[in-house]
Amino acid sequence: MALSSTSETVAGSKPAASRGLTTRRREMIAGYLFVAPDALGLLIFVGLPMLLSLGVSVFDVDGFGSFEFVGLANYQKMLVDPLFWSSLRVTVQFAVMLVPLLYVVGLGLALLVQRTSKVNTVLRAMFFAPQMISLVVVALVFQLMVVDKLGVLPRSLSFLGVGGLSLLGNPSLALFTVTVAAVWFLMGFYMLIFLGGLQDIPREYYEAARIDGAGRAQSFWNITLPLLRPTSFFVLIVSTVAAVTGAQAFDLVYVMTKGGPANSTSLLISYIYQQAFQYSAFGYASAIATLLVVLLLVITVFFYLITKGGRFQYD
Amino acid sequence: MTDTAAPTLPASRMRLDTVGVVWLLVACILALMAIFPLLYMLSIAFKGPTDVFKPDLIPPRPTLDNFVYVLTEVPFWRYLINTFIVSAVVTVLALFFHTMAGYALARLRFPGRETLFLAMFSTFLVSLPVIIVPLFILVRALGFLNTWQGLIIPAIFNAFGIFLLRQYYLSLPRELEEAAIIDGAGYWRIYWSVILPLSRPIIAALAILFFLANWNGFLWPLTVASDQGLWLVQVAIANFKNQYSASWNYTMAASTIVALPMLILFLVFQRQIMDSIKTSGLKG
Repeated sequence: MALSSTSETVAGSKPAASRGLTTRRREMIAGYLFVAPDALGLLIFVGLPMLLSLGVSVFDVDGFGSFEFVGLANYQKMLVDPLFWSSLRVTVQFAVMLVPLLYVVGLGLALLVQRTSKVNTVLRAMFFAPQMISLVVVALVFQLMVVDKLGVLPRSLSFLGVGGLSLLGNPSLALFTVTVAAVWFLMGFYMLIFLGGLQDIPREYYEAARIDGAGRAQSFWNITLPLLRPTSFFVLIVSTVAAVTGAQAFDLVYVMTKGGPANSTSLLISYIYQQAFQYSAFGYASAIATLLVVLLLVITVFFYLITKGGRFQYD
Repeated sequence: MTDTAAPTLPASRMRLDTVGVVWLLVACILALMAIFPLLYMLSIAFKGPTDVFKPDLIPPRPTLDNFVYVLTEVPFWRYLINTFIVSAVVTVLALFFHTMAGYALARLRFPGRETLFLAMFSTFLVSLPVIIVPLFILVRALGFLNTWQGLIIPAIFNAFGIFLLRQYYLSLPRELEEAAIIDGAGYWRIYWSVILPLSRPIIAALAILFFLANWNGFLWPLTVASDQGLWLVQVAIANFKNQYSASWNYTMAASTIVALPMLILFLVFQRQIMDSIKTSGLKG
């Protein structure tokens, strides 16, 4: 240890500090080496693709991998491509349906099974169970359940007097059906996040409110909701990002509808995938993906600002 | 915050109990609705082709033919084994890399640590769909299309795991490591024989979550491996319906085979899985 300190010419003047510096150097090297595999992996397989996406978007790329520089042509193409605009609209519609539904269902289930008891443990597990199966299976099961006339859901609906609906065949219903499948899959996850948030609210607040004569509803609006703000923000950010990027919806749409009928379920991500892997239009697909990243950044900055620097603090 | 049953006043007892019963009833009905699609899948998997759309949930003439068909007429075993290999290898490598990174980011002091952590953590918001096209181009350039490397390597790196491990290591008491440092142990020794054994509970929870995520993964295997010999189960069942002309009883049997191991895993490790998600919420 003393030997390696010879390289530290500055530290040499202070013998007391030199030992400290060498151990510090060792710690530094160890630190970098320990972080290296993950840091490089994330750089190569996440960071680089982000940059590459920008780069590729100014090229025309064919299926054999030859590139031709086309400037902003791919972006211009986007402006006049009705299918792009339609997929953007579908994505916004999907997010507008999914995010509030997930919030309400997640929080509702959490409140329902909030108390610690044996029964509630079982109920929580039942609500969470859909998370265990893949979205491909979710999509297949829902597809089977909504088969026109014969499936369980259309049958139950016609029993309730709403007959003859084609839940995946009707362009104005298909996206909603996909949203319901997504909510079913995700609700257990958000229930748990809300349960974590509810746990952190001191019970004394509720007791004080009860002594003051507040009812259940009043406690909910005046204690639970405000104190859940950090959790709510987290839930809103995560679910919005998931909805916009199609983290779950891509799989559901791919299996259930392939974007149809009449492109009514073709999300941005489905359209990107189609352009890239069906038509080999990698340049154009990258241009749309870049727009998706911009959209994502806008959302992130928006949430960052309203959470006052992402600290999720409640004051 | 462990909450014990709140003491109820005798006077309000009756009222509270009726509210409680209604509450419980609603919760039970909703919970049954929540698992209905799973029961439905099971039910169809045991039905013969003519019974698929009969309304009974319990198959009138239960049969194993669908499972036999899926496992013998389709190379389904092959897909299951492929998926197991990929999920297991990704899980082991990811845990190895993430524990190292999490330990260094929580405990070792080096310049740029916080920046590095923030940079790594910010990739949390980049989900696979956003980068699928450039990632495909990159992996193709590396010659990894239709290879095990292509299926495995890009699936390893994930900010969520690093973040959770770093949080865990921040909460560990320093004394144990300090004792090891005084004994003259190097950082690798500390990591390997102090930190890793202390991480057992969180490693177990993350192992389950990573394995699950990879077992259920669809988009990446679909994109990187078009070669049928390298298909993973999710890709296989997504194609199943097109290939074997929409026989729902076969499709549901295949879905059951794929979903059942994960549901069993859930039954066994329910508490660990749900606790690790509950605490992952925030606490940043």
